[in-house]
Amino acid sequence: MKLHLSRRYRFSASHRLHSAQLGEEENRRVYGKCNNPYGHGHNYVVEVAVSGPVDQETGMIANLGDLDAFVESEVIEPFDHKYLNEEINEFRENVPTTENICIEIFNRLSRFPRARLERVRVEETGLNSFEYAGEPAGATHE
Amino acid sequence: MVYLTRKIEFSASHLYHNPAFSAEENRRVFGKCNNPHGHGHNYVLEVTVAGEPDPATGMVLDLKELKEILQREITDRMDHRFLNYEVPELAGQIPTCENIAAVIWQLLEPKITRGHLNRVRLYETPDLFVDCYGDGNGARAPAGGGR
Repeated sequence: MKLHLSRRYRFSASHRLHSAQLGEEENRRVYGKCNNPYGHGHNYVVEVAVSGPVDQETGMIANLGDLDAFVESEVIEPFDHKYLNEEINEFRENVPTTENICIEIFNRLSRFPRARLERVRVEETGLNSFEYAGEPAGATHE
Repeated sequence: MVYLTRKIEFSASHLYHNPAFSAEENRRVFGKCNNPHGHGHNYVLEVTVAGEPDPATGMVLDLKELKEILQREITDRMDHRFLNYEVPELAGQIPTCENIAAVIWQLLEPKITRGHLNRVRLYETPDLFVDCYGDGNGARAPAGGGR
């Protein structure tokens, strides 16, 4: 049986979309309101899907206590109530669009030792969301 | 290929307990879910059937038929039941979301008469769900009208 276990988590954070590779006017044109120099915030929802054999003794792919603790320490604690551009090293150079947030969260959670990470889905608002399932085997990112 | 999804809800109770574990280990592994009196959830089940629409009816599978299958196979069996004791298909298994989803797949898969079962998604709460894809061979070609 192929099974994926999914769990939803939440954090709130601020960001500003601004690319050092673009001029001021170009940044305003590309990012619109999201380029406001003071930043703005969202209530993000992170949906994490993992897979693996169901442990016969527990009936579980992964113990939710283990998954919750890992997501808390790798993502929620560092991201929640933070200014992503300044307080998450990876976003000092990399624009914290939800695409890039999704990839960063996937990379952090791919180290979960007790199941295979299948997919990360991030909702920036109730109206938009992004999914990342890693790169296909053999492909190189960037 | 078109994917048709129907949603149902059922409410049931369960508890997690492995008789091979000590009482203390059961509490450590399963936490609150080990409460011997059980506890309940409003489960939400999304069933997805994949196939090509019948040229004569425009349907992958008649929704009325799918509704009846879900009523008979799932609601009648699991709604307002204590899953550990009242659902024979789960006997000897810990009724986690993973195991319930797998049982639901096994119950539904042979009953889908047009197209094929593509995915079973079972929500235990809005923040916790399991997707079951059967043997994982979800990409198999639809049987062009019936299996």
